Amino acid sequence: MSIQDAPVQHNHPDSLPPALETTVVKSWKAPIAFGIFSIVAILLFIAFGREGISGFRLSTDSDFVQIPTIEAPTRATGVVLTVLLVALAAYSAFLVSRNRPVRLWVTVVFAVLFLVAFLTWAAAGETIPVPGLLVGAVGLSVPLVFGALGGVISERVGVVNVAIEGQLLAGAFVSAIVASVTGQPVLGLISAMAAGVLVSFVLAAFSIKYFVDQVIVGVVLNVLVTGLTSFLYSQVLTKNTDLLNNSATIRLPRLPIPGLSEIPILGPVLFRQTIIVYILYVAVAVVFFALFKTRWGLRLRAVGEHPQAADTVGINVARTRFWNVSLAGAIAGLGGAYFTMGSVGSFNKEMTAGAGFIALAAVIFGRWDPIRATLAALLFGFASNLQSVLSIIGSPVPSEFMLMLPYLVTIFAVAGVVGRVRGPAAAGKPYIKS
Amino acid sequence: MSQPSVPPVESGPPVESGPPVASSPEGPDASVAEPRWHGVMREIVGGSAMISVLAVVLAMLAGGILIALTDDKVAAASGYFFARPGDLIKAVWDSVSGAYTSLFQGAVYNFKRPGFIAGIKPLTETLTFATPLIAAGLGVGLAFRVGLFNIGGRGQMLIAAACAGWVSWSFELPYGLHLILAVAAGVIGGALWGGLVGLLKARTGAHEVIVTIMLNFVALYLVSFMLKTPGLLQAPGSNNPKTPAALPTAVFPDLLGSQFNLHWGFIFVIAATVYVWYLLNRSNLGFQFRAVGENPNAARVAGISVNKMYIYAMLLSGGLVGLAGVAQVLGTVTTGFSSGIDAGIGFDAITVALLGRSKPWGIFFAGILFGAFKAGGFAMQASEGIPIDIVVVIQSLIVLFIAAPPLVRAVFRLPKPTGVGLRRPRTQTAEVTK
Repeated sequence: MSIQDAPVQHNHPDSLPPALETTVVKSWKAPIAFGIFSIVAILLFIAFGREGISGFRLSTDSDFVQIPTIEAPTRATGVVLTVLLVALAAYSAFLVSRNRPVRLWVTVVFAVLFLVAFLTWAAAGETIPVPGLLVGAVGLSVPLVFGALGGVISERVGVVNVAIEGQLLAGAFVSAIVASVTGQPVLGLISAMAAGVLVSFVLAAFSIKYFVDQVIVGVVLNVLVTGLTSFLYSQVLTKNTDLLNNSATIRLPRLPIPGLSEIPILGPVLFRQTIIVYILYVAVAVVFFALFKTRWGLRLRAVGEHPQAADTVGINVARTRFWNVSLAGAIAGLGGAYFTMGSVGSFNKEMTAGAGFIALAAVIFGRWDPIRATLAALLFGFASNLQSVLSIIGSPVPSEFMLMLPYLVTIFAVAGVVGRVRGPAAAGKPYIKS
Repeated sequence: MSQPSVPPVESGPPVESGPPVASSPEGPDASVAEPRWHGVMREIVGGSAMISVLAVVLAMLAGGILIALTDDKVAAASGYFFARPGDLIKAVWDSVSGAYTSLFQGAVYNFKRPGFIAGIKPLTETLTFATPLIAAGLGVGLAFRVGLFNIGGRGQMLIAAACAGWVSWSFELPYGLHLILAVAAGVIGGALWGGLVGLLKARTGAHEVIVTIMLNFVALYLVSFMLKTPGLLQAPGSNNPKTPAALPTAVFPDLLGSQFNLHWGFIFVIAATVYVWYLLNRSNLGFQFRAVGENPNAARVAGISVNKMYIYAMLLSGGLVGLAGVAQVLGTVTTGFSSGIDAGIGFDAITVALLGRSKPWGIFFAGILFGAFKAGGFAMQASEGIPIDIVVVIQSLIVLFIAAPPLVRAVFRLPKPTGVGLRRPRTQTAEVTK
């Protein structure tokens, strides 16, 4: 420390104490990114523009309020939207050249416009069912959001949670069996949380008590849970499907919320869901509030950022980490229950299919913030569902490239095009009390 | 201030004297030790080799319990346990010993078959399965030694398989030259896919764990797309996502004659092991690798370019993992492959590297052990009807136990190694990877 201080004083031996300078960081990242996307837009929507009429169906047949389907001429809409995109890119370049920051709303508007233009282009001659697209997106996002919330809590307290995949899978497996045997959905949900906690216990015990590298424990736990559930599925569940893996008793009913479920577009998407999704809404809000507004959250973040300091003021680092990693496991386990109880209705081998790793990416993409991580998870869910909707209506883009998109976006995000991400300082480091 | 729940077990200062071994040795072998040999015996009993053996024993034990618990006959016999307890014991013994006997017969030597050639065939199968595991394990282990965690084995293998495969059927070349070109193409493909990660980490600080996970998916979808597209990887005149067969000039020749599946890829893997050993232990570059892995800050102060080392290490790591992909397409599956060609080896390699403690020869034997598990697992599944997933459980348990030597010592009540007069067991996994 003192070595670093010395040259600074040496540099200004006889000058006055330097006034605090406000450094203006010119970041051309946003205009460059906007420019690239604008070129893509010009190429795709104008040079390779498609003819026809693009339709957007905005309401389902069962809606109380029916909104007529919007129809737009594909090429003309593409041209108009591309002009707007280029204008936004130029505006952001203008802002940066005048040393003014590019506000978030510019990025949001740009992204939405690009998306609408892309959908219009892809849907030439077809009609996109917008509520269906969004309902599917929410469905795919639910386990990702639960997993991401678990990841955020765990990493904020200083334990890297690569085992989200294992927690999701354990939750899915145990909830299916318990719900099937008892016929009680509530017990299914509780057991899913217990299963996630169990995985967390192992993670916590090995990383906090035995100081094993957390990433290694996480990876190995994923393999262990995958092997264990696959083994038990083949050996026990398939021989006794009616009792142990019965979709009639496992699947949860959809509970439309009266009133709210009749709101156009939003109603079918958000308020005609199973109880797990409603728990999710509460969980996101509670985790956000608790993490940043309560004493528990402050302690948790202190342990994750600077365990030594936290220890000095009397916080038990090991205990705080242990219980919060367990809590993270409970939340992720609940997300696992969505696979069996919320959507599919029965357990299958390796049914999480890498969702835990996507949730991990959402944590980092969301910069360890519950709200942003939720949005990132929704984005991933939307991208995957967009791919399946587009492949149904016959998209000109190969579905593999659509599937690739979330991962490429994450690489870009992590590599710092969007912004260098920095996690909790002590995440991944065991705290050895001296 | 806090309850003393976390004793500094492994990484604490060496003031802890450990349990009183000399007075009451509880380890199975420690009782015969002379006072002069106490240090040696402790080293053997508590050292890393013994821990590895005991970890395998513990994991096999846990696997046995799992097999017995899910066996139908055991369940039936436990119904009348109090009437005839002998039946339960016999049923447990039958199921577990039957499983492990068939595992051994499938992996090492089958006494039931006539003649030595037929009897030894399982061992050659084990070596065939071990070939890609060792290659990929060397890649992951090399990255571990530089402090990098390469989870991207799947992607690197897929890209390598695609490159090697494409060369293997696209050109008509003489024997020898064709094989070398195909191997080189695959290794370079894997190296570039891995090197990309190193480049991103060196240039932008992107975490290699996230980038490798994401690149796995990108490679999977990229290869799936190429497999579906005529003119890229798809076999001409076919609609299946499968490649053409490799030309015979590019296939690894059989090593022990045509009655065995073992191919020359095994020789390549032995050469790779020797090369990695030389690289890490005898070369200048390897010294710099290890310096960066031990402490990047110290290495930087010593004038080593840490960023360059990251790029080189990921290039080499990707190339070695690529060799595993090459061994798959030119040795094991030569009749055309689909997107499942990696067969989970990229992830198994992590456990192989951990079991081998990131040392070349350790990885070599760990790879053979896991190859034996794989070969035996298939035999066990075929003859005893026990799902091969049990092998995954045992493998992950082995790694989990090895990662936490204090846990294994606690289970078997072994003393802590003191290291007096001997070199200390410095390879603890937590240290190797960070």
